Amino acid sequence: MSIILDHVNYVYEAGTAMEFAALKDVSLTINEGEFIGLIGHTGSGKSTLVQHLNGLLVPTGGNIYYNGKDIHDKEYNKKELRSRVGLVFQYPEHQLFEIDVFSDVCFGPKNLGLDRKEVELRAYAALKQVGIEDEYFYQSPFDLSGGQKRRVAIAGVLAMKPDVLVLDEPTAGLDPKGRDEILDQIAGLREETGMTVILVSHSMEDVARYVGRIIVMNRGQVMFDDVPRAVFRHYRELEEVGLAAPQVTYIMQALRKSGLDVDTDLTTIEEAREEILRAVGK
Amino acid sequence: MEIIEAKDLVFEYIRRDEEGNVEGITCALDHVSLDVKQGDFVAILGHNGSGKSTFAKHINAILYPTEGTVWVDGKDTSREENLWEIRQEAGMVFQNPDNQIIGQVVEEDVGFGPENLGVPTKEIWERVEESLKAVGMYEFRKHSPNKLSGGQKQRVSIAGVIAMHPKCIVLDEPTAMLDPNGRKEVIRAVRALNDVEEITIILITHYMEEIIYANKVFVMERGKIAMEGTPREIFSRVEELKALRLDVPQVTLLSHELRKSGLAIPEGILTCEELVEALGHVARG
Repeated sequence: MSIILDHVNYVYEAGTAMEFAALKDVSLTINEGEFIGLIGHTGSGKSTLVQHLNGLLVPTGGNIYYNGKDIHDKEYNKKELRSRVGLVFQYPEHQLFEIDVFSDVCFGPKNLGLDRKEVELRAYAALKQVGIEDEYFYQSPFDLSGGQKRRVAIAGVLAMKPDVLVLDEPTAGLDPKGRDEILDQIAGLREETGMTVILVSHSMEDVARYVGRIIVMNRGQVMFDDVPRAVFRHYRELEEVGLAAPQVTYIMQALRKSGLDVDTDLTTIEEAREEILRAVGK
Repeated sequence: MEIIEAKDLVFEYIRRDEEGNVEGITCALDHVSLDVKQGDFVAILGHNGSGKSTFAKHINAILYPTEGTVWVDGKDTSREENLWEIRQEAGMVFQNPDNQIIGQVVEEDVGFGPENLGVPTKEIWERVEESLKAVGMYEFRKHSPNKLSGGQKQRVSIAGVIAMHPKCIVLDEPTAMLDPNGRKEVIRAVRALNDVEEITIILITHYMEEIIYANKVFVMERGKIAMEGTPREIFSRVEELKALRLDVPQVTLLSHELRKSGLAIPEGILTCEELVEALGHVARG
């Protein structure tokens, strides 16, 4: 199970004065069960890339394969693809619309044509997966807090039982605890179900903490594609394209410069703590 | 001199069901009293739903107190005759720059505010120029706002507020939607306004590293002020902040963890340099 992008190009408004190449010759393989962080400054092509993964945008050049099949073949079942690759957009809570939380989460599986019992079982399981308690099931989704609304919206996608979950900035505007809760739940789900997760984020700290692989986009191209510590080693190049490394990386660099013999390739607080304790001999 | 003074501020709103029947009353602000001095840089923290934004909306009279009083530059916000002056003196910048920009060209957008104040044309252009220069966007004055990056758009929004010549700017999560560079640009512009133009800043944010420049921090919880102090005082209370669903900057957290592991490092470290220095002392014994 994998998604392969083979020399994918995407040009907005081709042939007009507004022509803009948003993706340029992007080739990537996304393997089953990976936890990938997709980063890049505003306008770097992240969202355009993500919308190719479930066929919402059709590449103007190149091919996309899901499990070995070209998703833009005539006989390919796109509806099936969209239930396999779930997309959670930015501020997904703006897409809530039903009269109560439970009905809202049922909407996706219902449209897959499943029978009522299966729909309800899936909705129930999905709400549990994102940590929404039973007492909220029959409340209007609009009466929930920001973090809860967002979790309900994510449950709506999870109820489709996707193999690949793509989240576009799932934590924007949430308080630090709400941010950690959502990311912990997603990481836990991935462990449990073996689902592939692609996290689009502007928070380098979050990306460093959770993902196993980072893809950096810049001007429609893949700039780096590696494990976090290898990507953040290029912190100066990242800064040039509007990004940064986690604060921890800068701390380690500064310590090194001050003469403390530490490994600077660290990206999380836990790693940094161990390394500093080792370096000062405690 | 106090630019903002809130005394026993209470704000309640009535929840209604679909038929319009009253379901209950939510108390969003519960006897909040605080003062902000002219020229201060104040940060307000608190989890989603703690009352931060509700409080912010009282500063330029978008909301009025249910009980208590808010004065902006000595003027009571609940008196209608003060409304125009208050809205001109206390500007607001919101989270999503796309919802705040209306002009087709950057300089027109910035000129919209002063034009509505009835400022003479010549002065409008002077104000547009100085405002765009203050946020470092003057070279983009002829651009279309929708071609700018998020950070640039947000700086244009700020310029639009500065052009009204406010004494105070309230920024409600201005960086929530921005990439790291955009966040840096906006915070740099905000600090410059405070340092150079001496405009009072009230910054609401969930990014803890943005508030280390503030001279005062208020932490809100359930409509009350739960903690107040300098960033160093607030960030020395790591466990309390976590209990309030908040966080501290990574460098502060790392220092806290090292301290817990037995290293002699003070609480409330705010910058990389401070940690390097503290560890220098540890390493030298």
